[in-house]
Amino acid sequence: MAYATAHHEEHHDEHDEGIKVIGFWLFLVTDCILFGALFATYAVLVNHTAGGLTGKEFFEVPGFVSETFILLTSSFTSGLAVLSMHKGKIKPLIGWLIVTLLLGMCFVGLEIHEFQTMVHEGATISTSAFFTAFYTIVSTHGLHVSVGIIWMISITIQLKRYGITSVTKRKVTIISLYWHFLDAVWIFLYTVVYLMGVM
Amino acid sequence: MIYGADVAILLTLAGIIFVLTYLKKWKWLWREWLTTVDHKKIGIMYMLSSLLMLFRGGVDALLMRMQLAFPQWHFLDSNHYNEIFTTHGTIMILFMAMPLMFAFFNIVVPLQIGARDVAYPFLNAVSFWLFFFGAMLFNLSFVIGGSPDAGWLSYPPLSGMQFSPGPGQDFYIWGIQISGIGSLASGINFIMTILKMRAPGMKLMHMPLFTWSVLASCIIIIFAFPVLTVTLALLFIDRFFDGHLFTMTGGGNPMMYINLIWMWGHPEVYIVVLPAFGIFSEIVATFSQKKIFGYKSMVFSMMIISVLSYFTWVHHFFTMGAGANVNVFFAITTMAIGIPTGVKVFNWLFTMFRGRIQMTQPMLWTIAFIPCFVVGGATGVMLSAAPADYQYHNSYFLVAHFHQVLIGGVVFGFFAGLYYWWPKMFGFKLNDRLGKWAFWTWNIGFYVCFMPQYALGFMGMTRRIYTYDFDMGWGPLNVISTVGAFFMGIGFIFQAWQILHGIKYGERDVTGDPWNGRTLEWSIPSPPPHYNFAVIPTVTGQDAWWTIKEERKKKKAKETATFSPIHMPKNSGIPFIMSVFWFIAGFGLTFHWVWMAIFGLTGVGACLLARSFQYNSDYYIPVDEIRHTEDSVGRVG
Amino acid sequence: MENHGSLKAYTIGFIFSIILTVIPLMLVLKHVFAKNILLASILGMAVLQFFIQLFFFMHIKDGEKPRYNVMALILGIVFVITIVAGSIWIMTFNSQVQ
Repeated sequence: MAYATAHHEEHHDEHDEGIKVIGFWLFLVTDCILFGALFATYAVLVNHTAGGLTGKEFFEVPGFVSETFILLTSSFTSGLAVLSMHKGKIKPLIGWLIVTLLLGMCFVGLEIHEFQTMVHEGATISTSAFFTAFYTIVSTHGLHVSVGIIWMISITIQLKRYGITSVTKRKVTIISLYWHFLDAVWIFLYTVVYLMGVM
Repeated sequence: MIYGADVAILLTLAGIIFVLTYLKKWKWLWREWLTTVDHKKIGIMYMLSSLLMLFRGGVDALLMRMQLAFPQWHFLDSNHYNEIFTTHGTIMILFMAMPLMFAFFNIVVPLQIGARDVAYPFLNAVSFWLFFFGAMLFNLSFVIGGSPDAGWLSYPPLSGMQFSPGPGQDFYIWGIQISGIGSLASGINFIMTILKMRAPGMKLMHMPLFTWSVLASCIIIIFAFPVLTVTLALLFIDRFFDGHLFTMTGGGNPMMYINLIWMWGHPEVYIVVLPAFGIFSEIVATFSQKKIFGYKSMVFSMMIISVLSYFTWVHHFFTMGAGANVNVFFAITTMAIGIPTGVKVFNWLFTMFRGRIQMTQPMLWTIAFIPCFVVGGATGVMLSAAPADYQYHNSYFLVAHFHQVLIGGVVFGFFAGLYYWWPKMFGFKLNDRLGKWAFWTWNIGFYVCFMPQYALGFMGMTRRIYTYDFDMGWGPLNVISTVGAFFMGIGFIFQAWQILHGIKYGERDVTGDPWNGRTLEWSIPSPPPHYNFAVIPTVTGQDAWWTIKEERKKKKAKETATFSPIHMPKNSGIPFIMSVFWFIAGFGLTFHWVWMAIFGLTGVGACLLARSFQYNSDYYIPVDEIRHTEDSVGRVG
Repeated sequence: MENHGSLKAYTIGFIFSIILTVIPLMLVLKHVFAKNILLASILGMAVLQFFIQLFFFMHIKDGEKPRYNVMALILGIVFVITIVAGSIWIMTFNSQVQ
């Protein structure tokens, strides 16, 4: 079978790129269901502490509040990145993406620190059903953020290499949707796990 | 017996490797099949895999029926029996019915909507190879480590670390988990394909009903599979990290697992049955030579079923103790879902009324489906009465019910689809005479096997017991049931013979339209060229191909087609390689070898990054190549 | 892709989100309401902030018609509520059975 000379990104039209963005929205909806099932599990098991340690003893307000503001700010900065992209300005685009992923790294770092402290003080994943549920739902979110960071780094490299094209535009749009989605999930983690946990 | 099977597997593997090397076909295998992103080839690979799994699942069934034929027989010991009913169920639903369904999605949908491929061809290949390696991982448990034995849904605490310390359960978790990612991706892929890639002029209400059924099924897939992913992951966390979500101690609640798994499990059965309904709609219309009766109500009923299926799950555990209020709610929703299904049955019958029926093989299976599925559905309504279910639950009444709807509905539907679309995939029909033998042995076998089981349920026989006492009085009906099972096995042999016979002696169909079909897949050659349609048709209504044929009869002028270069995606080795890494990760996680798991997952990540950096992934087919291909199959440009 | 937005929209969204984060925090730390009202208010504010993310950051209203992403999201939210509320309802017997 003869292959014609490959044509590159110039021929990727709105339809090709647009269909990938809507497809990603569908994926995000499936991720909502994923977190929904985790929230359901948490809600059912939140009081199953086997008569032992509770979340209230371990959740530190400064810790989870900082995490919340860092993630929220990173969601804002990812929006600034997208704005620059639509104005065709590649330097601020890359700049704001780097700020976003650095903030993301701070978030993950704080979370790891929080877990280390809790484990050190005797609250492990095996302590009770409550703690298994807690670690599971918060880590699932943290893993999503970590994957997002690596993904964002790879897109930043691609932007440096290829500049702003219809393809890289689509990639930035998608990862910014992903990043905003993760902040949206965090809103519920903050409320249901932490705020309700210290109530 | 297990050692014998192991030896057979190794010999077969060695044989395949030998043949490929001898015929120097490795490059061909890589280039044409392992790296393909062509939906038609992916569909064929799904189909072949599922037929192999049907063989294994069927053998499991026959082994079980042998063991149960006589009271106090010890053909299989209890451990072995438990492993077999577990693998039978898991394989039949997840590694036979699902891939066969995806085979039809892949082969038929793009052709029916006038598209050249699915929305995301690369992702499509990923879906297949994830399924394949997930299934491989699950099947490997037979050879190494031991099969899972806690039932096809693996309830804790039995499936927890305390009571199932071996790798069997982990093989189960990771085999399904890896496969499940592929299913979810296919759900997204086909929704986008159907919504965004239809031929110009084909509005949603012009689409063939099979395509509608795929859309409805995929909507369920995307909302149900994430729950399965979570549930299996939670079970693994309990097992691997010593969690307490579903344990008997530490505040765990095993019933939450049952709640979650059925939240997926019920929608799952509608996922597989809706496409079967779609297949029947196509076949009934084609072989009654009539437009389907009640197209609109067919569409609405499928969409209603897809949403409603999400609200019935508790009927799988009425006896768990959630209370009367909960049970009442879910009993009502379960009864409600029978209504749209009833609408469909009436519409099929009304289509046949005053039609000119042709009793082809697809039509035979369709006609057999109707009474079989209706009875199975009726027993479902019996089960949905929660108080009555306290008697039926987990008895052979239940076993008979679900086999009747799954075999009578899903399996008969997929067989009908295979006979119907076989000539499109391979260019020849399957032999009629052998087909009749297959049909009658399957049908007689089915009723002889499962009707006695309803009675056994009433007589108190519970499911998942490996033997029973002489004085229970269950002996005679069990023997009859076993005979029926073997008849079905003979039916399968006839089908295998049909395929081999067809390859050797099958009459080549050069028209592409052996059934005088109504939908667009019959407008192109059999098998279709790589790009499907040389020129994308413009559609004006339902039954697009029928309309085109009618118009061609009226017009005498020959249409000349103008070709333009066709944009196609390139093959890629990444889906295959990434799935191998998933297999390695799954294997490592199964045996709790963290280094191997990390290696595998890192490999997966590397593949994803490689794909992200790949900017040169498509090409154009030049016009003269299109013209040459069309000429060579007798289509004039 | 027409989902452009503006600096103004993002900034408003950001500020509202901060407000909707701080208020529930204050309510909880100062024990302002009774338990059930407190629960309802912080959840309500979480849902509001979720919509802020959706409209101001994710530009769910922009995008070509038919708005399949909106339809999918609505159905998804319905199912998430079913999963969470359904599970809580179904599993409440457990507190009696203990």
